[in-house]
Amino acid sequence: MSDTIRNVIIIGSGPAGYTAAVYAARANLAPLVFEGSVTAGGALMNTTEVENFPGFRDGIMGPDLMEEMRVQAERFGAELVRDDITSVDLTGPVKTVTDGSGTTHRARAVILAMGSAYRELGLPDEQRLSGHGVSWCATCDGAFFRDQDIAVVGGGDSAIEEATFLTRFARSVTIVHRRDELRASKIMADRAFGNDKIRFAWNSQVTAIHGDPKVTGVTLTDTVTGETRELDVTGVFVAIGHLPRNELIVGQVDTDDEGYVLVQQGSTATNLEGVFACGDLVDHTYRQAITAAGSGCAASLDAERFLARLDATAPAAV
Amino acid sequence: MAPKETTDATFQADVLQSSKPVLVDFWAPWCGPCKAVAPILEEIAAENADKIDVVKLNTDDNPATSAKYGITGIPTLNVYVDGEVVKTVVGALPKPKLLKELEPFLG
Repeated sequence: MSDTIRNVIIIGSGPAGYTAAVYAARANLAPLVFEGSVTAGGALMNTTEVENFPGFRDGIMGPDLMEEMRVQAERFGAELVRDDITSVDLTGPVKTVTDGSGTTHRARAVILAMGSAYRELGLPDEQRLSGHGVSWCATCDGAFFRDQDIAVVGGGDSAIEEATFLTRFARSVTIVHRRDELRASKIMADRAFGNDKIRFAWNSQVTAIHGDPKVTGVTLTDTVTGETRELDVTGVFVAIGHLPRNELIVGQVDTDDEGYVLVQQGSTATNLEGVFACGDLVDHTYRQAITAAGSGCAASLDAERFLARLDATAPAAV
Repeated sequence: MAPKETTDATFQADVLQSSKPVLVDFWAPWCGPCKAVAPILEEIAAENADKIDVVKLNTDDNPATSAKYGITGIPTLNVYVDGEVVKTVVGALPKPKLLKELEPFLG
């Protein structure tokens, strides 16, 4: 157990967590940030060019953007720890969080910014073939599919970005989408429509993945007619959205039916006093780097005001 | 100490003919999760130097070995004992989870 009671602990290190860290550090709250042992930097670490983050007119690589945010937080005195949090108790006035090495840390306020994890297809052979043709990371694994035919499952911006990126390597990329139109933004969709390596399987769902030891194909089921057909591919990139990473806090912090943390309207306050939530953990609507950063800023300001109120009514317990 | 780099040319001697179990980290410089897991592997290597060798293989520079072992996702961590793959872990795992996967070789 650490002796001191911190002002604020931040769990997570995507745009939400690092922005909260920048603001909390500049408010002299000396935040302690748990970045995650293998997830530091968050979802943008696995992307390529980010073209819609304001301030970078020529775009910036996802990992470079996150490194900038990290260094900025550090510069103002945020204490960054590259470890995971394995358990929390957020219910009392002093919150405790336990890290991967078993050390417990205490704080008067906690900002939750754990983000989201990739959603899986939920098919029986998906795990077995993960790393053997099934992938969630085009930038990591795309190069292994040079001159091969592959599929990308999904119809949102991330699916289209992955598909477009994968055409650098693959002979063909089939976008498998359960509807008859893309959910992706127009600029991304137009890019895909104009790419002659990209094909579309509309109204289609992947209902089986085949191959042993490596992927050789998928079964597609038509969402309208129910008919099935086989698609010969050696790679399946899954980009069907995300699930909030709420496993740490379920049972303590209120979530909605889909597991996203509920915050009070117009604020980042959760049902627990002194516990604030931001980023993709909360947001199933916008899910952008810039909205996550914005809500991280809000969470930090909310935490700062909460601490100021505490200090006004009773001397700090530190 | 950073783990040793192995190559297509030295894989036989470094890995397949080793008398100790060898963990091979298939990685590439452009892979984010590979970078994330690298410091964890360094720690595991340093803490278990008597039980297991940890080596890195750059998949960009060594396509023959990567293809031979069917690597299509990185990081892939393969453990070799007597020249055979006896364990495969795909993706970056936190240290406690990785140690659990490697338990049989760390005694």
